[in-house]
Amino acid sequence: MRRLVVAGYGMVGHKLVETLVERGATSDWEIVVFAEEPRPAYDRVNLSRYFTGATEVDLSLAAPGFHAQTGVTVHLGDPITEVDAANHTVTGASGGRDLPGCFVYRTIEDLVAIRAWAGSARTGVVVGGGLLGLEAANALRSLGLATHVVECAPRLMPAQVDEGGAFALRRRIEELGVTVRTASQAIEVVPNEHGAVAALRFGEGPDLDADLIVFSAGIRPRDEIGRVAGLEIGARGGIVVDEGCRTSDPRVYAIGECALAAGRIWGLVGPGYDMARVVADQLAGEASSFTGADCSTKLKVLGVDVASFGDAFATTEGAESVVVSDAVDNVYRRLVLGDGGRRVLGGILVGDTGPYQVLAQMARGDLPTPPRPQDLLSGRQEPGGVAVGVGELAPTTRVCSCNNVSKATICDAVASGGLTELGQVKAATRAGTGCGGCVPVVADLLKVELAKAGVAVTDHLCEHFPFSRQELFDIVRISGGRSFGELLATHGRGRGCDICKPAVASMLASLGSGYILDGEQSSLQDTNDHFLANLQRNGTYSVVPRVPGGEIRPAQLVAIGEVAQEFDLYTKITGAQRIDLFGARVEHLPRIWERLIEAGLESGHAYGKALRTVKSCVGQTWCRYGVQDSTSLAIQLELRYRGLRAPHKIKAAVSGCVRECAEAQGKDFGVIATERGWNLFVCGNGGAQPQHAVLFAEDLDTETLIRYVDRFLMYYIRTAGRLERTAPWLNKLEGGVDYLRSVIIDDALGVCGDLEADMEQHVARYRCEWRETLADSDRLRRFRTFVNTDEPDPGVVFVRERGQPRPRRSTDEGDQSGPEPVLVGISGRRAGDTG
Amino acid sequence: MSDLHWVPVCALDELVPQRGAAALIGGRQIALFRLMPEDEVLAIANEDPFSEANVMARGIVGSIGDAVVVASPMYKQHFDLRAGRSIEDPDVVVETFPTRVARGLVEIGVRP
Repeated sequence: MRRLVVAGYGMVGHKLVETLVERGATSDWEIVVFAEEPRPAYDRVNLSRYFTGATEVDLSLAAPGFHAQTGVTVHLGDPITEVDAANHTVTGASGGRDLPGCFVYRTIEDLVAIRAWAGSARTGVVVGGGLLGLEAANALRSLGLATHVVECAPRLMPAQVDEGGAFALRRRIEELGVTVRTASQAIEVVPNEHGAVAALRFGEGPDLDADLIVFSAGIRPRDEIGRVAGLEIGARGGIVVDEGCRTSDPRVYAIGECALAAGRIWGLVGPGYDMARVVADQLAGEASSFTGADCSTKLKVLGVDVASFGDAFATTEGAESVVVSDAVDNVYRRLVLGDGGRRVLGGILVGDTGPYQVLAQMARGDLPTPPRPQDLLSGRQEPGGVAVGVGELAPTTRVCSCNNVSKATICDAVASGGLTELGQVKAATRAGTGCGGCVPVVADLLKVELAKAGVAVTDHLCEHFPFSRQELFDIVRISGGRSFGELLATHGRGRGCDICKPAVASMLASLGSGYILDGEQSSLQDTNDHFLANLQRNGTYSVVPRVPGGEIRPAQLVAIGEVAQEFDLYTKITGAQRIDLFGARVEHLPRIWERLIEAGLESGHAYGKALRTVKSCVGQTWCRYGVQDSTSLAIQLELRYRGLRAPHKIKAAVSGCVRECAEAQGKDFGVIATERGWNLFVCGNGGAQPQHAVLFAEDLDTETLIRYVDRFLMYYIRTAGRLERTAPWLNKLEGGVDYLRSVIIDDALGVCGDLEADMEQHVARYRCEWRETLADSDRLRRFRTFVNTDEPDPGVVFVRERGQPRPRRSTDEGDQSGPEPVLVGISGRRAGDTG
Repeated sequence: MSDLHWVPVCALDELVPQRGAAALIGGRQIALFRLMPEDEVLAIANEDPFSEANVMARGIVGSIGDAVVVASPMYKQHFDLRAGRSIEDPDVVVETFPTRVARGLVEIGVRP
């Protein structure tokens, strides 16, 4: 067993430890970490969140129990000083920093001290207008101080943005009430009669009054241990390392901001993480090197979106720039092109970073540059306009960021392993097993690879039915069959599964087969539909009553409040103008609904793949700008389509004027009032892959509008794939929205009569599922945790947070045991450095 | 096997065909599934090892190839009801329990 000692436990140090653990290197290496701070690594990049409610636990990078489970020893509050304590000093660049009221911005301790001092302060100044300086300004602002930012360079964020970008950034920041002073060199802190901070003095210009000053200027590597140990140090600081991140002593590595790697100090966390991986590779016995990093960044500073990528400053020979600068909205975009405008080299985006992902991939060479790339800078894009097929992604493209899996790795695994199913790909590559956000891309890659290999790619629902969802829907509709068992016997095989069972249950429900939980149907439903509530992570459920159009009577609000109090439910307002009650035990659901139904509320179908809500603004009735009664229309639509089961959830909205406060263009169907009627938009959604809805028809009267929506929804339900929302459904529809118009408006398929009849049947047969459940003692018998006792689930435990219950977490027990740790890499920077 | 202790749980009729139900036996949570057409009851631990919530009994029952499986309702991993093994991650195995039906009564075999 060899011993690895890590000096410094910041973000990069933790990445090294985490990567070694992931790679199973702990069987060869005993890992001991020495941390200067009293807590394990935390997210320093988002430190200002500490002032807006984030706790130390929220910011912590190590999962609860990480050190205990992995056998990594951590000595907290115990920096490596025994080498030479005399050299362990933390001194800053600015002479007057020792005055009371002067702070740096680096650790949670710094933030605690700033908050304490800010209690009696009114004006705060941040010296340094880089990333971390603006993060510090955000913190001061959230503490209620009048905030000033001082930067010695001629512009803000000089390392990331150019003059035009900095101008837009500055304008936006000034709109928040933060004043900015650039090209100003602070030379002295002026004390008041008590010796505390009173003002900041400059080389030129008037003093700036200040009760509190935060210094946040320049990266200075924490290389003192390296100096003491006699390692080679760069002329301007930093421990010199080779491509393997090895120092002049081959037994010592240096990573992060203490290292002078590939000729420079890397002041961002991304390159630090890369260095951590390089060292982990070598310790695990593999060759690896760090030769530089992509410093592309996209972030929010003081609420402003800023991105900078590739050759942002056009230093490549022959580079040309296209600049779009909107001084009214303060949006700035610069695209740097090479090769006569045929290749994206880099760029800067301020105020709106929408095209960042696509452009940054082009700059890295992961995506081909299309003709006229500058068109990508224009704000509005057609749906799917910049979407590029997965086949065109470069092999090196990182598809799964959580587990660092490239396109090539996935494609190779499919090809060489003979994989045919998504689950196999996830198991073989770990892609998609983190946050899951990349799963659609992984699934598409699998399809592309299978097609390449000549494997017939089917759209069969699952192994039990050799049909697509649309084909199966037609079989159910035409045969008039009303049972899954019968369908399986005549058209399928096996026992069914968690894919085909809920899918068929949904079809039966869409086709109006009544109460969804009687007889055999009960066994087909997902747990949410089974208990008519939404499963949460600790096994309890959440409850959402319907609030049509977001309109709710005070007495109903009171009733919801009383129910939440009686059953001790966590209460939160949803994004869809409803109220969600969390933490309900299965056995309490019937009594909760009894009370809600008494108050005139009904099921909101939040548990179903069904219509959720029709959001609205107050419209003409109250709003000075409204031109139609959007609220009444929203209520009418929600009551018409409530309970409608579909391939996926359906969201809708109605706005009373073009200001679009209800965000109708982000919905599966959205309506916006005009002077002459209603504009109908279809096939938008938010979520992981947001897409704007497209304008489908203009200036409709209410009757025509409802007819079109009836047809549209039923056509979607008949033809979409399983779990396919309207936006991807439209993207795949051959002929696109023009074809959809021909079906819905011109009745090109001759199906509109059927579609309308199906909808009329749905509307006529609608019943509140909870009211139906409560009326039948047989149906109520399912609402028990155990079949052999009335006890509740002993595994469900709540703690209180901000006056409400929440599930207990393993960290609540306080398993942060203490002290231990030692040194291979040194990561970290000196207080007052920028991030 | 001699020290197996048979605990009566409920009447067979109380179990919905092709669906699960949970039982609390000596402080342990056990998920029971009534399979058709065999009308056989299978039992595994009710705790989902991936989410650590006691929810296995609320999953959908089905088959993958020849294996009879339940899909955890939390993150949808499938577990072979006879072997207890996760299909997606065969290293993860949940405890299984012997069952029998005697005179319409479902019993679970546990070791004291």
